[in-house]
Amino acid sequence: MDLCPLIKNIILLDSEGKRVAVKYYSDDWPTNSAKEAFEKAVFTKTQKTSARNEAEITMFDNYVVVYKFVQDLHFFVTGGENENEIILASVLQGFFDAVGLILRGTVDKREVLENLDLIFLCLDEIVDGGIVLETDADVIAGKVASHSMDDGAPFSEQTITQALATARERLTRSLLT
Amino acid sequence: MAQPLVKKDDDRDDEADYSPFLGIEKGAVLQEARVFNDPQLDPRRCSQVITKLLYLLNQGETFTKVEATEVFFAVTKLFQSKDIGLRRMVYVMIKELSPSADEVIIVTSSLMKDMTSKTDMYRANAIRVLCRITDGTLLTQIERYLKQAIVDKNPVVASAALVSGIHLLQTNPEIVKRWSNEVQEAVQSRAALVQFHALALLHQIRQNDRLAVNKLVSSLTKGSVRSPLAQCLLIRYTSQVIRESANTQAADRPFYDFLEGCLRHKAEMVIFEAARAITELNCVTTRELTPAITVLQLFLSSSKPVLRFAAVRTLNKVAMTHPMAVTNCNIDMESLISDQNRSIATLAITTLLKTGNESSVDRLMKQITNFMSDIADEFKIVVVEAIRSLCLKFPLKHRSLMNFLSNILREEGGFDYKKAIVDSIVILIRDIPEAKETGLLHLCEFIEDCEFTYLSTQILHFLGIEGPKTSDPSKYIRYIYNRVHLENATVRAAAVSTLAKFGAMVDTLKPRIFVLLRRCLFDNDDEVRDRATLYLNTLGGDGAVVQTGEDVKEFLFGSLDIPLVNLENSLKNYEPSEESFDIYSVPREVKTQPLAEKKAPGKKPTGLGAPPAGPPSTVDAYEKLLSSIPEFANFGKLFKSSAPVELTEAETEYAVNVVKHIFDGHVVFQYNCTNTIPEQLLENVTVIVDASEAEEFAEVASKPLRSLPYDSPGQTFVAFEKPEGTPAIGKFSNMLRFIVKEVDPSTGEAEDDGVEDEYQLEELEVVAADYILKVGVSNFRNAWESMGADCERIDEYGLGPRESLAEAVNAVIDLLGMQPCEGTEVVPNNSRSHTCLLSGVYIGNVKVLVRLQFGLDGPKDVAMKLAVRSEDESVSDAIHEIVASG
Repeated sequence: MDLCPLIKNIILLDSEGKRVAVKYYSDDWPTNSAKEAFEKAVFTKTQKTSARNEAEITMFDNYVVVYKFVQDLHFFVTGGENENEIILASVLQGFFDAVGLILRGTVDKREVLENLDLIFLCLDEIVDGGIVLETDADVIAGKVASHSMDDGAPFSEQTITQALATARERLTRSLLT
Repeated sequence: MAQPLVKKDDDRDDEADYSPFLGIEKGAVLQEARVFNDPQLDPRRCSQVITKLLYLLNQGETFTKVEATEVFFAVTKLFQSKDIGLRRMVYVMIKELSPSADEVIIVTSSLMKDMTSKTDMYRANAIRVLCRITDGTLLTQIERYLKQAIVDKNPVVASAALVSGIHLLQTNPEIVKRWSNEVQEAVQSRAALVQFHALALLHQIRQNDRLAVNKLVSSLTKGSVRSPLAQCLLIRYTSQVIRESANTQAADRPFYDFLEGCLRHKAEMVIFEAARAITELNCVTTRELTPAITVLQLFLSSSKPVLRFAAVRTLNKVAMTHPMAVTNCNIDMESLISDQNRSIATLAITTLLKTGNESSVDRLMKQITNFMSDIADEFKIVVVEAIRSLCLKFPLKHRSLMNFLSNILREEGGFDYKKAIVDSIVILIRDIPEAKETGLLHLCEFIEDCEFTYLSTQILHFLGIEGPKTSDPSKYIRYIYNRVHLENATVRAAAVSTLAKFGAMVDTLKPRIFVLLRRCLFDNDDEVRDRATLYLNTLGGDGAVVQTGEDVKEFLFGSLDIPLVNLENSLKNYEPSEESFDIYSVPREVKTQPLAEKKAPGKKPTGLGAPPAGPPSTVDAYEKLLSSIPEFANFGKLFKSSAPVELTEAETEYAVNVVKHIFDGHVVFQYNCTNTIPEQLLENVTVIVDASEAEEFAEVASKPLRSLPYDSPGQTFVAFEKPEGTPAIGKFSNMLRFIVKEVDPSTGEAEDDGVEDEYQLEELEVVAADYILKVGVSNFRNAWESMGADCERIDEYGLGPRESLAEAVNAVIDLLGMQPCEGTEVVPNNSRSHTCLLSGVYIGNVKVLVRLQFGLDGPKDVAMKLAVRSEDESVSDAIHEIVASG
């Protein structure tokens, strides 16, 4: 396990440092208060920086944190102090872009909260127990969105036209809300 | 598909912190979860409720056991729905609830059905969920499907199975190891991430088999890896193989060409991984370093902060060992001083400080001064430390560097930052004589306006030692006496002690000091008054000016060479009686704190996070134990107890280790025995010791162990007499003798009849190190100088070929059993010489200091110069004898 790149957590906070969605993959923060303390520290340390164009990076308490901001949202990915920074950045970019695709470009706190189920699924598809599952935003977003294609009945029981019609309808509905 | 979870307001834009979860309550959501039980499931509504539950958990809300069980059972009902979206949420929810073993059974069949489903997404997710919550017994049932999944043509399914395999390997290695054929096949997959996950799992399965790892690496480095992440892994495995391969000669280092080739990879993460791997090679040569440094240099001017950070952090590390190799990057590095990202700027500065030469110091200092005000304290500390080492490197520059330190000392800052500055000034004063007077004045000015009591007292203490030795001690008195007026009681008391030290050392100042001390007699704090009274009396302040006696100086300046924890314990145990407290009865052994172990990966969070209670103080415990045994009560004070030495192999029938207790004229062996056979009860356990190879020892007593039941450790003791005060050494062979009785495992009762039996133990040695206590000194140089050269013994030794310098240093430390001081036990990589400082107390309470100078003589031969100072020349000789015979 020690040689494999490991992600310690993925954190999404709002512009006041409040938790929007988080996922911890490491025992380093055993309690909720430890997690909150970490989030607070990360937020205060990065608050004054501008990470809106390129992902930024910092290091503290022996963790490397890469982060990126958009609107009122702050995205963070944390790794151990010896982790390859560029791998962490690729996970961050994958998450960030996937959220953008899922929310059709309108990425802010309200949109994220209204589609929180998709954000949870997105987190679930990026990292499993600390191990990177996927970093390609298209693939991640595809996996998250794919489930809205099926209407309960297996495809084999529908005609092709029916299936396509349902698919199109569901897709547009999901994209428009 | 995701509808807002509560009704939207039409003009919600006006509402600043609109949230669909506004006013959400656990109780209400749990009520809502009842819809999971409806006969006609509404998938969308169910999804919404699950999202709310996940939101609550995500915000740190916890469910009670009952609530979690209820939710879990309700969620399992949702497997009836065929809605894919809902099913996905169910999977996530089950993982979050981490159900208990008896609950897992409920969902097993549903998940197993999904695992064999035609829908890829079902298969992939069901595998991840099931493997997350399952235990070993279930795993054998699903193993067949997992093996199939690993080679599934859908990459998502294959990755799910492989990643689950990586997690399961921690708990069920024997099962996962059976999959290596499938995993090997997956390594060849065309899908990038499958290859990455397969490689990670395959390496972990084989990690304990060096040959297999070697084979894996050499076949893959020939180039069939497509995924950048997998390539990064391969680089890590390759450098591990390089590290472990015996051949450290740079000329034909295996796989170096592969690493160098990776520097031209198209993915940045691979380029960086390779460059970092090269810089971390053991004994890396400049020729090997150059290509890696070149690509890192390109990263320095990248537009991406992450790349700049990664490069500058790596170069910073290289600068510690190969400063010359990094100088090429200095121009790019200097432009990073003004980087927006302060982490990058700080790393750039400290790298420059390490690689810079004497002429560039002033220019650098100017740049740093501008930059100090807008970085965080922790970065400032890094800069301060870099400046300290720079100053030690270029002592001639001490004036400008010291000025810089004193300027930043006056600015705002937290405790840790100020402490780092003060520590640096103190170190510079100690090591650069010319810097002493200015440094002391800077410190004096600092305590005039210092908000930290700890720093004030430390500085006052330091002033008391260094101030009187300066050319004009009187100029410090004003600063010190001001403290008595203006500060809190702790600082006032420290100032009184400092004044007394000036009085003791500088006779001309004595009358004036007495005047000041007498004023302190009216202080409103007890401690301050007590100290003033005490010092006035010891210095003879009530009579005429007298020459300060040696014992007074020893009293004022001598260090308390007893660990404070031990003193505190002894004082707590002391009961007021006729007998006064004897400071020499305090044990001197330093208790080494066991390093907190890193938590094993894959372990479930315990939630409480309560660390296991540490072992009780061993010295105290041993002392209590031994003094409770009447046979040993008259042996006097326990000098030292060794760490336990194992006398049996691991996993034998009887586990025995021994602790050697050294007294002035006796040695007691404490045998800790454990019986690991449940069907046996041992009685009358003794150890028969043959001391024929230890001539100076004579057995005087032994204490058998009456009964040793299964798995509850007991002790038996054997005591020897030896010549008083001498470090007698010898070898002892041991035989465990006992009466063994059969035990009925069902009733736990032993049979009446027993058989006498013996069990051979390994030999035990009493060595010279057993007669030396590990006792550290805070300032080795001071201790060394105050010990004087009267009883100094110096000699040189050839230690022959050694693995490394570090190995030689550790061997000598172990041989002498002394306490390394000032971190000198650590040998920097690649160094050709090293000085190690040791201190200890020899039997008979004689302080010993040792200075070891190691040098490499030829490729592997280590030569050592050993200088010993002690209070007794026979002890100094004894130390040499230990080394000569060791």
